[in-house]
Amino acid sequence: MVSFNILIVVSLSYVAALFWVAFLAERRAAAGKANWLRSPVIYTLSLSIYCTAWTFYGAVGYAERSGLEFVTIYLGPTLVMVGWWWVLRRLVRIGRAQRITSIADLISSRFGKSRRRGVIVTLIAVVAATPYIALQIQSVTLSLAVFAEAEGPPWTDVDFARAAMWFAGGLAVFTILFGTRNLDANERHHGIVMAIAVEAVVKLVALLAVGIFVVWGLGGGPAQMMATIDAADLDLWDQDASRWVGLIFVSAAAFICLPRMFQVMVVENDDEAHLRMASWAFPTYLFAMSLFVVPIAVMGLELMPAGSNPDLFVLTLPLSQGANGLAMLSFLGGFSSATSMVIVATIALATMVSNHIVVPLWLAMQDDRKGAMFGDVRHLTLLARRLSIAGVLALGFVYYRLSGGGTALAAIGLISFAGSVQVLPALIGGIFWRGATRPAAAAGLLIGLVVWLWTMFLPSFGPGAVIPVTVIEAGPFGIGWLRPQALFGISGIDPLVHGILWSMLLNTAAFVGISLVTFPTPLERLQGAQFVNVFDHSTGTRTWSRPVADAEDLLLMLQRIIGVTEAQRIFAREAQRQGTPGQLPKATPDFIARLERELGGSVGAATAHAMIGQLTGGSGVSVEDLIAVADEAAQILEYSNRLEAKSAEQEATARALRDANAKLTALSIQKDAFLSQISHELRTPMTSIRSFSEILRDGDMPAADQNRFAGIILDESIRLSRLLDDLLDLSVLENGQVVLRQQTGQLSTLLDRAVSAAGLHDRNLTILRDRTTEEIEITTDLDRLVQVFINLISNAAKYCDAKKPELTIRVSRANGQHRIDFLDNGIGIAAQNQELIFEKFSRLADESKAGGAGLGLAICREIMLRLQGDIIYLRGTSGTAFRVTLPVTS
Amino acid sequence: MKPAGKTPVFLERANYRQRRLGDAARFLPLLGTVLWLIPLLWTRDGPEAPSNAGTITYIFVIWVVLIGLAALLSRVLRDTDPAADTARR
Repeated sequence: MVSFNILIVVSLSYVAALFWVAFLAERRAAAGKANWLRSPVIYTLSLSIYCTAWTFYGAVGYAERSGLEFVTIYLGPTLVMVGWWWVLRRLVRIGRAQRITSIADLISSRFGKSRRRGVIVTLIAVVAATPYIALQIQSVTLSLAVFAEAEGPPWTDVDFARAAMWFAGGLAVFTILFGTRNLDANERHHGIVMAIAVEAVVKLVALLAVGIFVVWGLGGGPAQMMATIDAADLDLWDQDASRWVGLIFVSAAAFICLPRMFQVMVVENDDEAHLRMASWAFPTYLFAMSLFVVPIAVMGLELMPAGSNPDLFVLTLPLSQGANGLAMLSFLGGFSSATSMVIVATIALATMVSNHIVVPLWLAMQDDRKGAMFGDVRHLTLLARRLSIAGVLALGFVYYRLSGGGTALAAIGLISFAGSVQVLPALIGGIFWRGATRPAAAAGLLIGLVVWLWTMFLPSFGPGAVIPVTVIEAGPFGIGWLRPQALFGISGIDPLVHGILWSMLLNTAAFVGISLVTFPTPLERLQGAQFVNVFDHSTGTRTWSRPVADAEDLLLMLQRIIGVTEAQRIFAREAQRQGTPGQLPKATPDFIARLERELGGSVGAATAHAMIGQLTGGSGVSVEDLIAVADEAAQILEYSNRLEAKSAEQEATARALRDANAKLTALSIQKDAFLSQISHELRTPMTSIRSFSEILRDGDMPAADQNRFAGIILDESIRLSRLLDDLLDLSVLENGQVVLRQQTGQLSTLLDRAVSAAGLHDRNLTILRDRTTEEIEITTDLDRLVQVFINLISNAAKYCDAKKPELTIRVSRANGQHRIDFLDNGIGIAAQNQELIFEKFSRLADESKAGGAGLGLAICREIMLRLQGDIIYLRGTSGTAFRVTLPVTS
Repeated sequence: MKPAGKTPVFLERANYRQRRLGDAARFLPLLGTVLWLIPLLWTRDGPEAPSNAGTITYIFVIWVVLIGLAALLSRVLRDTDPAADTARR
């Protein structure tokens, strides 16, 4: 038998070890060497606070009483964890982005940083968690009593009270020491997380050890164990379907909504990626914790004397078999389960109570004296938290004493779960549905709370304890449909399922219904968008758009709340970001929004919002103003945009009209010039034709003169018809009506044709060619091309004024083009005229030499453009030089 | 708040696979629920009723399967949004 004193010594050593672990972890975290503290393994183990003493001891008793139903409590969380991608990932992301400090803070922040919503959730949490804390106190005192009674007289009520007092007191000291050491901006407690991770390992090892001892040591191996289970007088599968479904739902929901689970899962989360491992590792933990429950229950029934408390089989079974070391381990496991749950639950509740009730109340009282309002919020918050921790534990202790520590307490575990779950509709609605509104959240929470109190919590004290028996049987004031266990006259449902069903249904209905008919405030809409679309943009709310606060005031306030070092660090970082290191940063809206989030990490969103609001000179109202202004501005902007677009359109039309007008004018001038030019060109030959034909008609002249005059008339009419041909040609080309006849031929042949057609017989022009370069196949309208060549060659013949005129034809290829250059050795064309020569009727030399009307080069250019090529005047040569380019066709 | 046209209508193959894996992760709890509700359909009395050991085995085997699937998914699932871990750092 283990002596009670040894047990106490071992327990105290264990507690001392936990202190040491927590202290070490805090110190490493403070030194910045906390990497291994932030591992997914630690995160997964910290989630194990879900398995309280109720699991450790109670699961076996539960299995003994209700068979496999005990497993529902672990199936629900398993489903939530394996579905992490859906809800938990979103929750953790929101928690990190918005710096959520508790589940009450989440609800309050989502619904427009509303204080009242936070208060309601806090109240629900405290009411629901108190019996659960009492349950932990009970289990530890009961297990202590097992050892004490083995060697002494049975414990009296006073002994129980004393043990419970010591336990609660010790826990309060530990929690205050490590839970409120500082107001961490991130609200994380490395020491405590480390301690509960160690405890998680201890309780798992303890339960597995007992299980292995039972299956292999007592049961004779798994196969025989299975046979024993089959043969046992234990109905494992007897519950009705509604309880099975209802309990899986409640445990799943509670896993998300329990304040302590929210604390370790969301608030203490260091890295979203940890969820990845926890998604399968935590279900494995639950699996291991449940694996041996039935064997222990069966063997306990078989081996323990009739009437033993099945809730303590985990402890008493090894003890009765003389396995003292195992019993000790088992005790430590149960102790770990109880302490870790109480510590985290207390911290979570204390954070909520201080952030949502105490600090706001205090702020409200200080409201009038704005100057004095930030007396010392930092100390106030810490003090509020410490008092809240003590208060929560005291409540648990008082509840334990009042309830008498009987079996009634054991049944309250599920009822406590059902209470916490009342937050679920507002929580899930808040993070998935932007239409959820503030009044709806309050209504759902309150209705859920009332129904839960009426149908589950108050009746749990037993008939007649709080609710008179007559009311339970006939309803309040004889209103039958309000009977606490048969609402709306529907009786015959299991009381637990009845309570869960109605509270959740009415809660959800109120939440959804009121959301549909109400309209959210601007701040709610902002927050709603932030929460629901958290994966789209994880930047913060942009609330403060007027830099009315003084940076100095902000720094003073922040120092008082989160401490001088941390505040100055934040300001220094901001100054760095703004590019003015070493100075106070400017109080930009961005910075103020960030500050508010930092502050929210310590005192909750609603309080932080109120505090910053006091300093910036406008609270939530300014957001409304801003949105109204923004709406108006948006309308004006849109209107002016429309006007601008219209005027731009008109301007474009006017410009187009002006352009068209200018073009028309130019065309008209061109046309006039052209007409006068043409009439001049036509009149000159016409005049000579007319005068010489008159002379001929008069007759009476020598035959030689007659011939000479007829010759002149012929020349002039040839010139006239050529002019008309050219004009016709040009007009066809310019209008694009020309039809090109694609042919293929040798360039040298074409040049030969051109040279012979140019009529050089009576002129002494020497043509220099390099026939080897001319061996090129060309596919284009060859006749047109020859026309261009003829024109260029005859131009050279006409205008070249050298003594021995020469024309060099050079063929080359560059940039995917054939180049055919025509260079003569004359004096060339003056630079100012080089652009003009391609215009119609441009003739530079005197008229006597010119055979044409100055249309030749204009026609050449038109032709070359039609053939996808070009003709240009080559600068930088001594004589006149033209370059004809043609694309190389494949 | 998402501007229209920000997300494309069709995704390339890798992204498409990631989306479907995300769907699988969302379906996993539904699958678990259905599988764990199945014992409710079993007969309770008579010779055909499953034994205690059989029921326990069924429930725990489903548990192992779910854990396995979750482990598998947690490995292959990727965070597709870029701002995954910049929120608090």
